[in-house]
Amino acid sequence: MNEWLDPLLLSRWQFGLTTVYHFLFVPITIGMALTVALFQTAWVRTNKEKYLQLTKFFGKLFLINFAMGVVTGIVQEFQFGMNWSDYSRFVGDVFGAPLAMEGLLAFFFEATFIGLWIFGWDKLPRGLHLATIWATAVGSILSAYFIIAANAFMQNPVGYDINEAKGRAELTDIWALLTNKVALAAFPHTIFACFMVAAGLIVTVAAWHLSRNQHLDTMRPALKFGLWMMMIAGALTVLSGDSLGLAMVQTQPMKMAAAEAMYTTSTGADASFSVFTLGTPDGVSELFSIRIPYLLSFLSTHTFNGTVEGINDLQAQYVQLYGPGDYTPTIWVTYWAFRWMIGLGLLHIVVAFVGLVLTRRKSALGARLLAGRWSRWIWKAAIWSFPLSLGAMIMGWVFTEMGRQPWLVFGLLKTADGVSPNVSGLEVLISLIAFTLIYGTLAVVEFKLIKKAAQKGPDDLPEPHPETGVRRQETTVY
Amino acid sequence: MDLTIVWFGIITFLFIGYFVLDGFDFGVGMSLPFLGKDDTDRRVIINTIGPIWDLNETWLIVAGASLFAAFPEWYATLFSGFYLALLLILLSLILRGVSFEYRHQRPEAAWKRRFDAMIVIGSAVPALLWGVAFGNIVRGVPLDEGFNYTGSFFDLLNPYALLAGVTTLLLFFTHGTLFISLKTDGELQQRARRLATRSGILTIVVAAAFLLWTTLAYGSFWSAVLSAVAAVTLIAAVLANARGREGWAFGAMAATVAFAVLSLFLSLFPDVMPASNNPANSLTIVNASSSAYTLQVMTWVALISLPLILAYQGWTYWVFRKRVTRAHIEGAQAAH
Repeated sequence: MNEWLDPLLLSRWQFGLTTVYHFLFVPITIGMALTVALFQTAWVRTNKEKYLQLTKFFGKLFLINFAMGVVTGIVQEFQFGMNWSDYSRFVGDVFGAPLAMEGLLAFFFEATFIGLWIFGWDKLPRGLHLATIWATAVGSILSAYFIIAANAFMQNPVGYDINEAKGRAELTDIWALLTNKVALAAFPHTIFACFMVAAGLIVTVAAWHLSRNQHLDTMRPALKFGLWMMMIAGALTVLSGDSLGLAMVQTQPMKMAAAEAMYTTSTGADASFSVFTLGTPDGVSELFSIRIPYLLSFLSTHTFNGTVEGINDLQAQYVQLYGPGDYTPTIWVTYWAFRWMIGLGLLHIVVAFVGLVLTRRKSALGARLLAGRWSRWIWKAAIWSFPLSLGAMIMGWVFTEMGRQPWLVFGLLKTADGVSPNVSGLEVLISLIAFTLIYGTLAVVEFKLIKKAAQKGPDDLPEPHPETGVRRQETTVY
Repeated sequence: MDLTIVWFGIITFLFIGYFVLDGFDFGVGMSLPFLGKDDTDRRVIINTIGPIWDLNETWLIVAGASLFAAFPEWYATLFSGFYLALLLILLSLILRGVSFEYRHQRPEAAWKRRFDAMIVIGSAVPALLWGVAFGNIVRGVPLDEGFNYTGSFFDLLNPYALLAGVTTLLLFFTHGTLFISLKTDGELQQRARRLATRSGILTIVVAAAFLLWTTLAYGSFWSAVLSAVAAVTLIAAVLANARGREGWAFGAMAATVAFAVLSLFLSLFPDVMPASNNPANSLTIVNASSSAYTLQVMTWVALISLPLILAYQGWTYWVFRKRVTRAHIEGAQAAH
């Protein structure tokens, strides 16, 4: 068979591509739902116009993004059956449950209340309308929990038995599945990262306007809010990332070894964290590296003289356990994805910290710097907040999913055994090309629309009625 | 009662919900070139489903995920077997969904026309292909011992399934025009009513042929009874529409879609995907289902969530019960 028409390879590319693409919109939806809810709450409580303007403005950006999140999400659910039918047959009994729970308990909720929020401005009383955006935010976060619980089963299968007769995994304990320690660690990490992304978006937009000295009355508080959210969400992402790392070492030691491209088992000072390494990707020869001793030991075990297993030992163990084969993920992908995730994430926190220092009300240095010749570069750095955080997020997922390879469900099913046996390479090629073309085109349109709406800035509110003083509540229509 | 039967019922219910609700969305989308005389008309038409198309489409996601959880073998066979057909449906749903959101973002007529065209295509293709897909399920498809579909995409395009597709296309088209007539006023409403009458009559003819074929070739006693009920409500819908009773007309049409889907599922039962080559390879509610424990857990989830879902979705429809008027759209236009 033509090697370009390998259904496994093409299906993997398609799943990776569509998932990463879908996940550009998910964190914005989750993070922005909360942010918009906070702005609207501030408006309802203080009655200050600027908060209403911010609610409407960021609400609009949120909505342009939301439609894409919904429609690309359907693709995700369908693909398990379309491209990975053997996987679906093998784990459907376990994996299908959290997906269906997501739909029944969270997604319907989110989809219903977002409609009420968008179109309900002039139809619902103020308090009830506020409740609909909170319901949307809660729905989106709950939805994330079920999806992460499903994903955690692929990383660390729990709560199941293998039914030999049927040749499949069967659920035995839903509670164990939903409280998978990987899920419990990955959920806060993902959610805080979503808040980071939303905060990054707010800072980017606010900094762009402020650098042009426009919309000051709304964009100043937006910047302040965004910077604090970047800082807090960033710090919480780091902390939760640490506990996720511990869970990962316990459940998938190979992933940690692959993250560090560490071939030999090391202890204490030798278990150093590699900041940067140049060398051959197989790790045989190293040209140049910067390393922090003890750090990897600490991250992996929370002690300074812990032992971290290397790729070679783990590979040997897995061959004993699962039979001959290559149990190593693609090292250069995991190594660099892990570094980019951490690097971009930390840079995001630095930007937030510097921003907060400079915009302190009494900061003479800040005032001088922001008025001086460096100000252009400071604003530029702030405008890059959004791509930084989104990049960190995407790298995190690339790392966690590529680090699971060659397994589809760790220790139970290999990726190669999950693909649909009856879908031809040509069919997958057709769908891969179709998705690439459509997603690519939509990405351009989407980016332009969001950019245009963001650069336009908040709209002025309609004038209150001259006699009654009541402001007509503007409705949203398509 | 056996939980596999309960879940066959829940899946049926979810697909009824999906086709009744997204069915009129498809019809609304398809009717744009017939009813939208100017941009304001087209915006009125789109805004009749503005607040609800997303939650209507979510029925598909929930139906799919529930199929995955309760009948993984059915899910795997159906989705991998109908690969290209589902791809076309997915791409259509993507284009349709983003078009609702994008078309009003820029004022140029060319921009709007492009997205209007995508809404029409994105509505018509799934309306046709869902019928083709379900027609093939009822008719039976070739399956091997591992329950994998062994036919090709073009095998799906057989006369019976194509007739099923044309039937759903027309059914949803009429369903959508009735919805517009219920949700708009003035001249647009009158045009929608007239269009509903014409497409309704065509639908009756085609649906009669389809229901007859289904009943004779694949039907059981109960599916025949339900087909007959669907036929009666369809005629009732067209008559009510002719008399200007748009609420009754829409309700009867919703019942038609519901009974038609119910009839299709009942003609399958207890199979879920009959194998046309060898009955031993057929997927049934028993060999396609999840374990008893999973079904038990999911039954609890469904029992708790479904009443809530119906309540808050019903409330949404209540909030947006008013007709969408040209004045409403023009009043909001200033905001953009």
